[in-house]
Amino acid sequence: MNYSPESEQLDNSHRIEVKNTTCYMCACRCGIRVTLRDGEVRYIQGNPDHPLNQGVICAKGASGIMKQYSPARLTKPLLRKQGADRGDAQFEEISWDKAFGIMEERLSHLRETDPKKFALFTGRDQMQALTGLFAKQFGTPNYAAHGGFCSVNMATGMIYTIGGSFWEFGGPDLDRSKLFVMIGTAEDHHSNPMKMALSKFKRNGGRFISINPVRTGYSAIADEWIPIKPGTDGALILSLIRELIAQGLYDRDFLVQYSNSAQLINTDEASDEHGLFIRTESDKEPGCFDPMNELWWDRHTDKAVKTHTEEADPFLLGEFKLEDGTPVKPAFQLLKEQVEGYTPEWAADVTGIPADTIRRLAHEMGITARDEKIELPISWTDAWGKEHDTITGNPVAFHSMRGTAAHSNGFQTIRALAILMSILGTIDRPGGFRHKAPFPRPIPPCAKTPKGPEGVKPNTPLGGMPLGWPADPDDLFVDENQQPVRIDKAFSWEFPLSAHGLMHNVITNAWRGDPYSIDTLMIFMANMAWNSSMNTTEVRKMLNDKDENGEYKIPFIIVADAFQSEMTAYGDLILPDTTYLERHDVMSMLDRPISEYDGPVDSVRIPVLPPKGECKPFQEVLIEMGSRLKLPAFVKEGGERKFRDYPDFIVNYETEPGSGIGFLAGWRGKGGEKFMKGEPNPNQWKMYEKNNCVYQYHLPKSYQYMRNWNMGYLRWAQDHRLTRYAEPINIHIYSEVLQKFRLAAQGKYPGKQPPQHLRKRIEEHFNPLPFYSEPLESQLTDKHKYPLNALTQRPMAMYHSWDSQNAWLRQIHAHNYMHVHPSLGAKHGFGDGDWIWVESMHGKVRCMARFSEAVEPGTIWTWNAVGKASGAWNLDGDANEARKGFLLNHLIAEELPAHESGEHISNSDPITGQAGWYDVRVRVYRANDDEPKETWPQFDTMPAVPGTGKRRSWQGFFAGMFDKEAK
Amino acid sequence: MHPAFSVIFLTTLIGVGQGLFLALFTGQSYAAAKFLPAQNGTDFFALGSLIALLFLMAGLVSSIFHLGHPERAWRAATKWRTSWLSREVIALPMVMFFVFVYGVMHYMSWDVVIFVTSTGVEFNLSLLVGALGSAAVFILFLCTAMIYAAIKFLQEWSSPLTIVNYILLGAASGFTLATAFSIYTAPDLVDFFGAWAIIITVMAFISRVASLIRNARIKYKSSIQTAIGVRHNNIAQKAQGAMGGSYNTREYFHGKTAVFLKSIKWVFMLLVFPLPIILLFAGMEHSNGKVLLFAFMIQYLGLLAERWFFFAQANHPQNIYYQTV
Amino acid sequence: MSQLALVIDLNVCVGCSACVTSCKEWNTSGPAGFMSDDNPYGKDPTGTFFNRVQTYEVGCFPNTETIHFPKSCLHCEDAPCVPVCPTGASYKREEDGIVLVDYDKCIGCKYCSWACPYGAREFDEHQKVMKKCTLCVDRIYDQSLPESERKPACVLSCPTSARLFGDVEDPESEVSVAIREEGGYQLMPEWGTKPSNHYLPRRKTRLHIHEDELVRADNPLKKEERQPSAPVDEPTLDDSTSW
Repeated sequence: MNYSPESEQLDNSHRIEVKNTTCYMCACRCGIRVTLRDGEVRYIQGNPDHPLNQGVICAKGASGIMKQYSPARLTKPLLRKQGADRGDAQFEEISWDKAFGIMEERLSHLRETDPKKFALFTGRDQMQALTGLFAKQFGTPNYAAHGGFCSVNMATGMIYTIGGSFWEFGGPDLDRSKLFVMIGTAEDHHSNPMKMALSKFKRNGGRFISINPVRTGYSAIADEWIPIKPGTDGALILSLIRELIAQGLYDRDFLVQYSNSAQLINTDEASDEHGLFIRTESDKEPGCFDPMNELWWDRHTDKAVKTHTEEADPFLLGEFKLEDGTPVKPAFQLLKEQVEGYTPEWAADVTGIPADTIRRLAHEMGITARDEKIELPISWTDAWGKEHDTITGNPVAFHSMRGTAAHSNGFQTIRALAILMSILGTIDRPGGFRHKAPFPRPIPPCAKTPKGPEGVKPNTPLGGMPLGWPADPDDLFVDENQQPVRIDKAFSWEFPLSAHGLMHNVITNAWRGDPYSIDTLMIFMANMAWNSSMNTTEVRKMLNDKDENGEYKIPFIIVADAFQSEMTAYGDLILPDTTYLERHDVMSMLDRPISEYDGPVDSVRIPVLPPKGECKPFQEVLIEMGSRLKLPAFVKEGGERKFRDYPDFIVNYETEPGSGIGFLAGWRGKGGEKFMKGEPNPNQWKMYEKNNCVYQYHLPKSYQYMRNWNMGYLRWAQDHRLTRYAEPINIHIYSEVLQKFRLAAQGKYPGKQPPQHLRKRIEEHFNPLPFYSEPLESQLTDKHKYPLNALTQRPMAMYHSWDSQNAWLRQIHAHNYMHVHPSLGAKHGFGDGDWIWVESMHGKVRCMARFSEAVEPGTIWTWNAVGKASGAWNLDGDANEARKGFLLNHLIAEELPAHESGEHISNSDPITGQAGWYDVRVRVYRANDDEPKETWPQFDTMPAVPGTGKRRSWQGFFAGMFDKEAK
Repeated sequence: MHPAFSVIFLTTLIGVGQGLFLALFTGQSYAAAKFLPAQNGTDFFALGSLIALLFLMAGLVSSIFHLGHPERAWRAATKWRTSWLSREVIALPMVMFFVFVYGVMHYMSWDVVIFVTSTGVEFNLSLLVGALGSAAVFILFLCTAMIYAAIKFLQEWSSPLTIVNYILLGAASGFTLATAFSIYTAPDLVDFFGAWAIIITVMAFISRVASLIRNARIKYKSSIQTAIGVRHNNIAQKAQGAMGGSYNTREYFHGKTAVFLKSIKWVFMLLVFPLPIILLFAGMEHSNGKVLLFAFMIQYLGLLAERWFFFAQANHPQNIYYQTV
Repeated sequence: MSQLALVIDLNVCVGCSACVTSCKEWNTSGPAGFMSDDNPYGKDPTGTFFNRVQTYEVGCFPNTETIHFPKSCLHCEDAPCVPVCPTGASYKREEDGIVLVDYDKCIGCKYCSWACPYGAREFDEHQKVMKKCTLCVDRIYDQSLPESERKPACVLSCPTSARLFGDVEDPESEVSVAIREEGGYQLMPEWGTKPSNHYLPRRKTRLHIHEDELVRADNPLKKEERQPSAPVDEPTLDDSTSW
């Protein structure tokens, strides 16, 4: 036929609908415009009017059609068949009424007796405000999302240092930057905005350096690739800090005014206050802020003065004695001493990067920061009342994510990175790092968990937040024996600052009954029987393990998911969730909004299609259960249901009666005239719908920078209830928070004390200044036997395990290889494409090798979660994902081998509980020729569960005809 | 390239048909010139034409299996100005038409002398039809061969040898069949056809070997460097963007090992050339029709292998883009 | 005369495959009907795509470049796939140079695909016709779309705007300027096909540090030198002589 645009319009015009919503093919949350034809999705494009993605979309987003019509979709509530084992995936269909009845009976009993027996853990959801609220209202401390096994080190390492972090919380200002350094990021969160910014940055002549063991994704287009050994980023960064200080390339003025660099620290080792700031009287009521009552040593008067004294110019280096004889040093002096040994030559040995390269890198950063200075003609007033005519920027920007975070030394590495960014003077400044509302937060942020088991009471909401930000040992969530109250041992002495929990240890802990057994485990959209668990094979056994009475060790498992994942096989009750195109959602300021550098932004999803089958959005399940269980937030005083449904909840819920703060910030107030704070607006959804499903507020220019110390911004944030206090948030070059834990370990801090076996661990790792230590797993591995590092990366066209059921995306990544440097093949006698064994001290996998020159030779890597269990995601049993694809998780343990700190210590960062995914050490060898040419381990093929779709042997998707054709 | 059996059968079957017709016409020409005794029209020419026609039709039927939409095949005649394939689509029925008319004329004895030379050699109308038919046969050989030879970046094919091979191999198989055929219908001509079959087979051997030698020495113009436009001695593909395969991996790769390819080469070198020649000699020596028929069958089998190899050996430059899953 | 084409900037392409699936989703429901997928949920899934992104490694560790290389029909000026078509189904439009297949005329003989050195054409195994990139001819002239969206789906989707679209015959167009100024080149120039699509090579930004920039007058360490005045009570010349 001949193409004429009219021909299509003619036969289409009356059947076309166009609707806006928000993508959820990954966590990026781009605005999308969905065109429907005869009720089927014809085209999903990036919404050109959306601030986040400005019209672009990625491979996943453009394949949303295949997610919507995937045969792997669960469409009916299911109950495990009597007599069938978990893992067999034998289910019977039940009604929602019955499903709710089962949950109501079970959960109300738990709430009446011991609420912590109910645990709710969620995967990559974007509704932590709601799931967290539900858990808190239920009264269980056992709630977290996936942050603990994702990137909590990135959040904590930076937030405990600068009050903000990357991704949703902040990022590099590539519009104005001249030098951009990316460490440990392949393709990650915020992917489309990052791609857009990178391309613009390069076209504007910016220089892009990528530091990564592997050159893929973003690193591919870097001007320079610096390969590094995994887990050694901290060594590199500390060495860069040392070189910048030695060369005098740091921003002294910035450090003096905006960080605690010049503040004097008690260096009397005998003192109980050793390592704490010297503080004077403060006239401020104590609150969740820094009272700024520390001291400087003034250069002009050569004596101690109160910090930020007018006209004073403090020493950053030196040692001094206070009048009472207390020896003191400025924090920066201690930093300088701390990094003294981290010479480029030392770092070269650790990282594999030549010393000259490290030196040059430091010089490039320092000289760009100092000689390419930006002065924006924007006046602003700082928190001390001083007016400035311009905003200064040092155009060196950084981005980092899981590559630095997913190591057990990640917290200190990332703190070092935040300090590097700070000494270059780049925090919330043009060309450097920029915050996104509601960040910056006080250091640490104010949310706290209960401090002991008394916070958990029957029929009572939790006496604090399920997750929080400890400021000192007394904030830990432990009992009188210093034992954890949470099932994942978060906020205990094992992982004191585990701000996102430790989801990766929940199943193991619950199975072992350590610290206690639970009754019901509810898992929402997390594939804990596969790629989201370490030690996958054993975890699958634990899920199915029974005690001597024949009862499951984890008595009841509820799985809510949209797809037949590996995890669904282990559920007792399966709740079919909707896709993102079938539901309401909010990307809330109470959770992780999509704010831009210049102001807060939040957004929503509005259904473009009706739910398939009996799918029900998980939010509706929570609202229903909250109402049935009569959780206070979900019922009126008389106990009757308060919210009709989730959309009604979103409009009318307020954090406290009359607070005016709800899940959505935009169009509040009766007529939608207010934002951030205001009465519920019955037409709020409509207003979002009319405005591309997004609410964006542009701060006045003078509030857009230096927000840690910008009086205008801080007051604005206080007025709009983003923060309680309008106090400056100075950068913690020196972390007194960490020092307090260290003092406790030394027996010097009053209050909670660590158990004996953890004292050494706390004392070592809670170093108030960043230091380098080898990852724990490495320390406990025989590195002669297992000399290699093994990593995973997420491919750009797949979001973790989600997309193998996607007919288009799986053609791009049908299986995964182990990418190895050819020298390994030469050494071990295997060739490109050969089958090899990869073995760690915990397990082994058989997989195919792919030679690559773009990988550090001591590292091997593969794409994450492409490998699948046979039959899962409703693929054929012999699908490539199951027979050629593999999962690295089989090599990674969730617990460290027994060592002096204990027997069942999580394989995680000792400070934050961040899963040490990338710490595993392995060896490789050739598979024998007589071995089967398929991956190992293999699992019995999972049958398709009731309600899933038919797998077509071929298909031709044509919007408007596809499902009809199926009927 | 991935050898398609529809095309292998098409080109070899019509080759036999074309060659057989050439043999019939050669026989008649020689007879007209009184170099050979005249033959019975019905038994020899008509039946021979019918057999040639059957081969041509079988080729045509086979070609249909190659088409996604055979019901639209008639459209293929429209672009004869630019497309050798289109020209083939015209030439093939033209040949069939002449073969049909030639056969019918002989069968019905519809023939007239249209010209007598001073030496008394009579030129019949059927001879004229045969001459036109032979011209059509050569045009068809040219079209078929040019389909392949005209693709300049398929360097194994892009050579005059491709045309020579198509003509000689088709003619050889036709004359071999004519030899076997004549032992039943015109025993006088067995040695004549046999001799020509052997001569043409030897010529085909020379030209096919020449093309093998040429192809073994090809310097490919395209490289991974020109394919992606990057100048470096060390470039390797790591992903082709489709792990489960694609049209590009199915259509252009034979998917067999180098050893297999080499053994097919030896198989056809044996089956097409020496074995038929030996069998032809033996068949003629002993006037054994079965041996002669066997010679043809062996040679045809060899041609199937030859044609498979012809396709498999051709290295499409698109393959540079499809080296690694 | 005009010749529409894509210019693909390898300097910014990160290999995300957005163009691959955006193309598929737009075209599978397009006027010419679906683009089929075989074994969509089974072994060796495979289907018809007009555009794929490939990956190459150039050089040896540590001087390795990873190149992501999107490839679709290049809409050659001298397209070898057009004259070989026996039915005229494969044609190049006079008005804008787009090479198209008329699916109603295509007999599925695959000869055009053999005649393309780039492997740009894909046979649809279920519609039995040859398919290829149309430069979204059904979008780019569609007056019902806003002008900013009258572009191929791959171009609209590309997060790094690595795909430029325009008339390479117009010397002032964005694509012509990019080819001229950024070193645009053609694939396999040795066959004289004159591809209209061009590729832009990697370009490097480097920083050269001069020693003068390291020895600085504004070195902040200078402020840290503590020079307390010498104590008054220690011996001086005054204590030992009177001149």
